[in-house]
Amino acid sequence: MSAAAEASVLITHEVGLHARPSVKFTKLAKTFSADVEIALAANGPWFDAKSIVKVMAAKAPKGTVLHIRARGDGAGEAVGALVELVRRDFDEGKDHARTA
Amino acid sequence: MPEPLRLQGISASAGYAEGPLFDLDQAAVRYVRKATAADEKAALEAAISIAAGRLAILIETSDSEAAGILEFQLAMLEDDALTGPAFSHIAEGMAADVAWRTALDAEIAGYETSEQDYFRARAADMRDIRDQVLRALTGGGDIAAPAGAILYGEDIAPTRFLEADWSAGGGIALKAGSAASHVAMLARSRGVPMVVGLGLVGRGVAGPGASPAHLAGIALLDAEHGGIVLGPSKAEIDAFRRSSSSFAAHRGKAAAYLTRPAATKTGIAIGVQVNIADPSDVDSIDVATCDGVGLMRTEFLFGKTLPDEETQYHAYRKVLEWASDRPVTIRTVDAGGDKPVPGLTVEEGNPFLGLRGIRLSLARPEVFRVQIRALLRAAMHGNLKVMFPMIAVPEEYERATALFAEEQADLLARGIAQKMPPLGIMVEVPSVAIAPEAFARAAFFSIGSNDLTQYVMAAARDNISVAHLNSVRHPAVLRLIASVAAFGREHNIPVSLCGDAGGDPASIPALLEAGLRDLSVAPAQLAMAKAAIADVWI
Repeated sequence: MSAAAEASVLITHEVGLHARPSVKFTKLAKTFSADVEIALAANGPWFDAKSIVKVMAAKAPKGTVLHIRARGDGAGEAVGALVELVRRDFDEGKDHARTA
Repeated sequence: MPEPLRLQGISASAGYAEGPLFDLDQAAVRYVRKATAADEKAALEAAISIAAGRLAILIETSDSEAAGILEFQLAMLEDDALTGPAFSHIAEGMAADVAWRTALDAEIAGYETSEQDYFRARAADMRDIRDQVLRALTGGGDIAAPAGAILYGEDIAPTRFLEADWSAGGGIALKAGSAASHVAMLARSRGVPMVVGLGLVGRGVAGPGASPAHLAGIALLDAEHGGIVLGPSKAEIDAFRRSSSSFAAHRGKAAAYLTRPAATKTGIAIGVQVNIADPSDVDSIDVATCDGVGLMRTEFLFGKTLPDEETQYHAYRKVLEWASDRPVTIRTVDAGGDKPVPGLTVEEGNPFLGLRGIRLSLARPEVFRVQIRALLRAAMHGNLKVMFPMIAVPEEYERATALFAEEQADLLARGIAQKMPPLGIMVEVPSVAIAPEAFARAAFFSIGSNDLTQYVMAAARDNISVAHLNSVRHPAVLRLIASVAAFGREHNIPVSLCGDAGGDPASIPALLEAGLRDLSVAPAQLAMAKAAIADVWI
C-alpha cells in the first residue's frame, strides 16, 4: 500500500530553514521510511527532505509557507511530525539570532 | 640566525604565548594518485569518514554554540547529495583530491552567490568542510599543530581552533582575520592569546617578509599589545617572559577582585557594570559580580529581520528580571555605521557619518515605535533605563522622548501595563561632548568612548591602518570626557562610560582621573577592570 500525505506550515524561525533548523529537520525526516519532500510553492519544485544539501538549497527564509509531502509507510506521521517541528520553531530558544 | 622580525597587528584575545610557529597555510601535502578509479573512490570514502569522525569527536567536547556549527558540517558531510558529484568525477577519471575540490567548489559557489546574507555566510562552513576532507585525503590533517605552538597564517577555521590542543599554551597569529570572528570569540572565552591583522599594519615592520629561518624558529606572541616577534633575540625573550609573567600574575590576582565591589586605593567606590549584546549573555554572569547592565545593545535582535514587539519585550524582560533591582540600561537600536540591518539601514558612502543610530530610528518611526512599546512594557519588570545612540542635537532627544510619551499614552488607553523609564543619551558625537549644556534635560549621559574617539581623531574604528590614532588616551579625547564628567557633577546628571576603554586596565587610571566613577565593561573584563581600579590612587 502506498499512503500519501501533504500539508503546509508557516516558517516563523528568525533565520528560516537554515543551518541548525535544517539539521533538525532532515534528522527528523530520516526517522521515517516514507519518502518526504519539501517545496516553497504548492506546485514545486520539490526537494528531498532527508538531504540537508537539498533542504539548504531550497533557501526558505522566515515568513515562507513550507509545503511538505510524503509517500509510503507512515507518510501521515512524517508530515505531522515535521509540521510540528516547524511550528515549534525547531525547539530553539530566543538566542537563535546570535549565530546568524 | 636572521634579524628578529617584528610584526604589529590588533589584539583579538589578550595573553602571551612563546613557542614554535605552525604554518596554517603550508601547502597541503601532495596527494599521490592511485592506480585505479576504484582506489581513488576508496581513498575519498576513507577521507570523508576520517573527517566525519573528527567532527563527531569535536562535537562531543564543544559547547552548544560551537556544536551547532559542527553538527551542520557533519550533516552536510554525511549527505550523499554533497559527496555524490565527487564520486561521479572519480568515475570519469579524476583523482580523488581534484574530484572533491571540483564538487565542493561548485557547491560553495552556490552559497557565495546567494542574495541572502545568512546563506552567503555558510560558504565559510562549506570551505571548512572541503578543507577538512582534503587534509584527511593527503594525510595533512595528521599534521596537527604541536602542543604549545603559535598557529600562524591568513585566517583560521573554527574546526581548526577546536581541534587544537590548547592545554599546553600556544596562540594564534593571523595576517588577516577579525576580532569579531567566531574564532576570536572562542579564543577570548578560553583564554587563548590571539592577534589579527598582522599583514595589514605598516607600523613597526622591520625588513621585508618572514624568511624560512624566521618561520622555523620560535616566536613571541604578545596578544596584550597585539604584536609578534619572529626569531627573537635573547634580550627580547627575557623581556617577553617578564611581561608574560606579570600579565599572568595580574590576571590571577584579578580573579580575587571579581566578587568584591570595586574601589580605588583610597577607597572611592566605582560602579562597574557590564555590556551585553544578547539576552543569553547574562546566563553566564553572576549578577552579584557587577552593578547592573551599563549597555545592552539591541542590534542583535535586528539581525536579519525586524523583530516584533513580543520578541523584543521578552528579550528585555529576561535581562531586567536577571538584574532584579540593579539598573539595566538598554540602548535603542544603533543600526547603521558598521552594523547594517537588512530592511532598515541604507547603503551609504560614509556610513559612520550617515543615517545611523537615533537618526535612523527617527527616520523610520514605524520601526522605532515597536521598540518603544516593547521597552515601556518591559519597564514593569525591573530597573530599566533607556538611552539613545548618536544624539548630535537636542531636537533629536526631544523628538525621541515625544515618541515615548505618545506610545505611553496609547498603551495607557489600551489598558496595557507600562512604565516610563529614565531617558538618557549616549555622548559619542563631539557636538554633545563639547556643548553638553544643550542636553541638561537628559536623565543621564553614557559616554560611548569608541565612537567619540573615532570622531575626535577622525580615524575609523574598522580601519586597521589608522588603528594607532584610535586612542581614548589622547589628550583631546580625555579632555572632552573630563568636561562631560564635570558638567554632570554640577548638574546632577549621572555620567558613565560604556566603551571598550572602560575595561582596558591601561586606560582605567586616566578615565578615573578624568572624573568618571561609573564604567561599563565586557563581562570577561570585569575582574581585570576591578583589579585595575584598585591600583588607582585617587
